[in-house]
Amino acid sequence: MNLPQIMQYGLSGITVGSVYAIVAVGFNIIYNTTGIINFAQGEFLIVGAMTAISLSHVVPLPVAILGAVLITTALGGLIELVFIRRVRDASVLRLIIVTIGLSIVIREAMLHIWDEKPWSLPYFTGTSSTTVSILGAYISVQVLWVLGVSAVIVTALTLFFRYTTTGRAMRACSDDRMAARLCGINDRWMVTLSFMLSAGIGALAGCVISPITQTQYDMGATLAIKGFTVAILGGLGNSMAAVAAGLFLGLLEALVVSQFASAYKEVVAIVVLLLILVFRPSGLFARRATSVRTA
Amino acid sequence: MSDILLETRNLHRSFGGVHAVRDVSMKVQAGTIKAVIGPNGAGKTTLFNLIAGTVAPQQGEVFFRGKRITAWKPHAVASLGIARTFQTTKLFPHMTVHENVMVGRHPRTRAGFVAGMLSLPWTWREDRETQIKAADILQDLDLASCSQEIASNLSFGRQRLVEFARALATEPELLLLDEPAAGLNIYETQELSKLILKIRDRGVTCLIVEHDMSLVMNISDDVLVLDQGRWVAEGPPAAIQRNPDVIRIYLGDEHA
Repeated sequence: MNLPQIMQYGLSGITVGSVYAIVAVGFNIIYNTTGIINFAQGEFLIVGAMTAISLSHVVPLPVAILGAVLITTALGGLIELVFIRRVRDASVLRLIIVTIGLSIVIREAMLHIWDEKPWSLPYFTGTSSTTVSILGAYISVQVLWVLGVSAVIVTALTLFFRYTTTGRAMRACSDDRMAARLCGINDRWMVTLSFMLSAGIGALAGCVISPITQTQYDMGATLAIKGFTVAILGGLGNSMAAVAAGLFLGLLEALVVSQFASAYKEVVAIVVLLLILVFRPSGLFARRATSVRTA
Repeated sequence: MSDILLETRNLHRSFGGVHAVRDVSMKVQAGTIKAVIGPNGAGKTTLFNLIAGTVAPQQGEVFFRGKRITAWKPHAVASLGIARTFQTTKLFPHMTVHENVMVGRHPRTRAGFVAGMLSLPWTWREDRETQIKAADILQDLDLASCSQEIASNLSFGRQRLVEFARALATEPELLLLDEPAAGLNIYETQELSKLILKIRDRGVTCLIVEHDMSLVMNISDDVLVLDQGRWVAEGPPAAIQRNPDVIRIYLGDEHA
């Protein structure tokens, strides 16, 4: 392969990889506050994109995207309030099964609303044929949008968790729920907030990727598997590692596509997931256990 | 000094047939240090849990400043001005010491999560204030030097101090201390008693569960004795030491 080709595959790998990373970050936010793996995470992306597509017929694109993000955020909060919060004797396993059920319900609902056919948002700037050339590779301008938006999401979340009262309160809840309560933090609202946050960033990611990949009602499941692989690869709960792991999986997929047939692409994530679960179940970047947690 | 800050009336809680706390009524005067003592299984920690809202009573009432707070949620009790430390320290292990104390400021911040998410200008100002207040408290407890350390890397004695700092950051009127001297050496225990007296002198009422009798007798103004969940005696330390019921419980326990 020559340089332009390497760039071409590399950039496409980074693009999908950054979307996987955002899905994984969504998993992590909810995992950190509740210990639940939310298998409806992929659906948040599709709901967001579909809503934006429908809204874009009546309002300008930026407004449609903003509306879709807000609606999906509200949906995330609603799901927590109506389903998660009301589960009695809520063991983590039971709640995970609830999220699997929810993902099926949401998918079927989308099938009724938006049909089976793929939709897509218009390109944010220019058209599908507008490209920029980077080191001889031609890439769509939308790729820059995906990379930019992903970077903004990750940076904003990092700042939020580090420097705001609410962000710190969420981290406190994930560190020690009881101690957080006794510091006056309403942990139930932090759980609701984590669902809203995950849904919101999921919707935004769904919107930016839609022009490139198109959006179909059942794409959430695949995205969830990729995102889950990435989350495990980085170590559950570790969002910065998830970004690295997302880019790694994206690049690996691009490498496989460039060397073999594109049919093998979907196998990559599954193989990685199996390998990691067998050999390094706590993730590639797992901290060696130095902190002694007292009971 | 006759202000009653906390009162329990006929509190009762059993766990599957075991009566952890039975019919306990007691009062805590504002501005004093009150100790709760008793043999293992006397129901001291359960009493704390009932007050802090982590366990709901089956019968009885809890009043704080005359307000009924029975079975309130822990975060609501904390916001009202009751802070707590644990027998085994419960810090946020992955956060820095400074962040731990800042989280303690939570009930004193107004930024709701919508405002916090949008990072409205006044939330930044409030956050700045939180940082400064937390730093002041750390300074005050001689913890400023380790404020940027990750909490789980500190020594046990230090972690306990950080937990104190975090509890003080909530600006409590009542501080519940669950065996604060457990695991501390003699020197650390002495420092601890000075610290508790200092906290009381600033107007924070303290309720302490403690096994270290010298600590209890030295610093408390008032002592409550429980045995098998029951109220046994209540009064100043000197009177408690002479109380025949109390002596029988302790000696009986040791010789059994």
